Amino acid sequence: MTDMILFGVFPYVAVALMIGVGIYRYTVDRYSWSSQSSQFLESRVLFWGSVPWHYAILVILLAHFLAFLVPSAWGVVLGNPLRLYLLEVTGLALGISTLIAVFLLIFRRINNARVSAVTTVIDWLVLVALLLQVATGVYIAFTLRWGSVWYLHTATPWLWSLIKLDPQVHYLAAMPMVVKLHTFNAFMIIALFPFSRLVHVVSVPLTYLSRPYQLVVWYRERRAD
Amino acid sequence: MNIRAQVSSVFHLDKCIGCHTCSIACKNQWTDRKGAEYMWWNNVETKPGTGYPTKWEDQEQYKGGWEMQGETLQLKIGGRGSTLGKIFHNPSLPTMDDYYEPFTFRYDDLTSAPAGKDQPTARPVSMVTGKPMKIEAGPNWDDDLSGSNIYAANDPGVVKLTDEEQRQLFAIEKMVFFHMPRICNHCLNAGCVAGCPSGAIYKRGEDGIVLINQDKCRGWRMCVSACPYKKTYYGWTTGKSEKCILCYPRQEAGQAPACFHSCVGRIRYLGVLLYDADRIESVAKQDDKDLAAAQRDIILDPFDPQVIEDAKKSGVAAQVIKAAQKSPVYKFVKEWGIALPLHPEFRTLPMLFYVPPLLPVMSMDNQGKQKMADDFFTTLEQARLPMQYLAGLFAGGNEEEVKAVYRKLIAVRIQRRSVTVGDLPAAEVSKACSVAKLSTEAVDAVYRMTTLTRIKERIVVPPMLREEAIEAGMDPHQHRQEMGFGSRRAPKRRW
Repeated sequence: MTDMILFGVFPYVAVALMIGVGIYRYTVDRYSWSSQSSQFLESRVLFWGSVPWHYAILVILLAHFLAFLVPSAWGVVLGNPLRLYLLEVTGLALGISTLIAVFLLIFRRINNARVSAVTTVIDWLVLVALLLQVATGVYIAFTLRWGSVWYLHTATPWLWSLIKLDPQVHYLAAMPMVVKLHTFNAFMIIALFPFSRLVHVVSVPLTYLSRPYQLVVWYRERRAD
Repeated sequence: MNIRAQVSSVFHLDKCIGCHTCSIACKNQWTDRKGAEYMWWNNVETKPGTGYPTKWEDQEQYKGGWEMQGETLQLKIGGRGSTLGKIFHNPSLPTMDDYYEPFTFRYDDLTSAPAGKDQPTARPVSMVTGKPMKIEAGPNWDDDLSGSNIYAANDPGVVKLTDEEQRQLFAIEKMVFFHMPRICNHCLNAGCVAGCPSGAIYKRGEDGIVLINQDKCRGWRMCVSACPYKKTYYGWTTGKSEKCILCYPRQEAGQAPACFHSCVGRIRYLGVLLYDADRIESVAKQDDKDLAAAQRDIILDPFDPQVIEDAKKSGVAAQVIKAAQKSPVYKFVKEWGIALPLHPEFRTLPMLFYVPPLLPVMSMDNQGKQKMADDFFTTLEQARLPMQYLAGLFAGGNEEEVKAVYRKLIAVRIQRRSVTVGDLPAAEVSKACSVAKLSTEAVDAVYRMTTLTRIKERIVVPPMLREEAIEAGMDPHQHRQEMGFGSRRAPKRRW
């Protein structure tokens, strides 16, 4: 029953919150949509926290998504022991980077008076959730080796069953506690997304690469008098 | 031809008394709120000096403005891809310490302290953390401290001078300084607009005012770096960047911007310029020394029938063309050629021009007896403030540009001396005018505009034609009984 609530119901609640509240916030209170950068208040520690955090977590997230979206191709990639070994080691190294980075970010929020002055409750919830997520992730990578393979046979079918609106929680029910925690917390972060600064994730400004440098906005129609 | 109108301004530095009234008028109106305390959309600096934020002119540190990469013009912070790559941590972002930590005092302690042997004091506290702090900087921290080897010697413009010039600048009893008020330049080739990853910053087509769309800004902070004048500011409470809006709500109501309106020395002039927007890029690519002249060249004559016709074709309203003909800025910049842009070598084409200060430069040689034209022009080379310093500020290092302006300012002074005191022969006066390449009528006009004009002549706000704006098509009752302009919410995070 608990498994059903945690892995059969809660994911839907989290995604509904993300989409529903996200759209509400974007339409009603777009002014609040920001990365809430605190680099202006403290720059040096942020460099060692923010840069490794973002780049490493992007690669790790990409791996999670690829294994879920294209499991067969992912399986082919891992078919060779050397490739599997390389991938596991890379993943572990990136995971440890994110762990160190998130510790630095937490340390900075506590230690720097200016940064802690702008830190809200939701910021702490996000940081604790992220810490829990990368800590359990690294622990799993250490103790339950070859996760890049068994993910294909557990998480991937479970996620697809969620998409098909037919949640098969038995894929997770048999998993060790730490994997369950990692999975539940992932959806916790999704639930926190619309209420926090995490919203900046969907504002990746890729259009910058192609837009003209100068922008001109006319507030009345241009016409020849 | 793609003719556009630009609301631009001239600051006459000889008239600035450094009273900071402009800064206060702006602060009271726009930045008197949590998170904006440290922002001074208008600030007044002492030159030579390090300014606000400290050493903002040093683009090796802050990477503001543009640079030529071979044949192409690129932001100094880097190309588009590299800018996005630095989005998680912007290496050239100034931090609060480069400006100052805003502070207040515990005034309450003065009245609520228990009786004791010592006088109660009001301790300074940080407006960020609320904790007691040691005040180590402020928005005009080196005010009037030119000549100091702590502040003025670190001015990026002074560092570039030769040892001899620096000695000259800091010689005791010869020290000299002037005040320089700064606001957003509302550039034609704005660095902040080009650097914004979200595309939140834009130039208004009708009047050229540069604004940040607060709903589109995501707090990537690239505008702060990309602006070489450091005139966009990061709001650390809201996670949004803000900047001078040239008081567009006031201008739309026909009023002068607050800093212009409150200026005690009446140093500020405002008016419309017409320019050819198709030529912005080619002007910005000129050599450093040619930039000031090239920028003057892009400005078009509002009396030229061909320009008027083309402007109308490009959608500039007839009323705005009429305002451009009355523009004092056009007179200062084009007709008389006595106003120069600040640091044209940043290549943003700033639309705020300065009449460089004559008084502190020349007064040393001017005491005791009034010099004849001949003497006066030769002393220009031995001016108290090295010409190279002024050329570095206003002409991309081109001394000839600055000297040309000074010759005109001196000609005005000589002619006025002749009129009011009458101790100069007419030949001297006409010689001064011909050396300066300024007609006697123009000299009179400069004198009149500098000293006698009233606000309607100094500040010619163009009709902003709100009646034709997009809102006119909306339901007029839609916003009835609402709160009007401005932020309607407290400046604190809600999410």
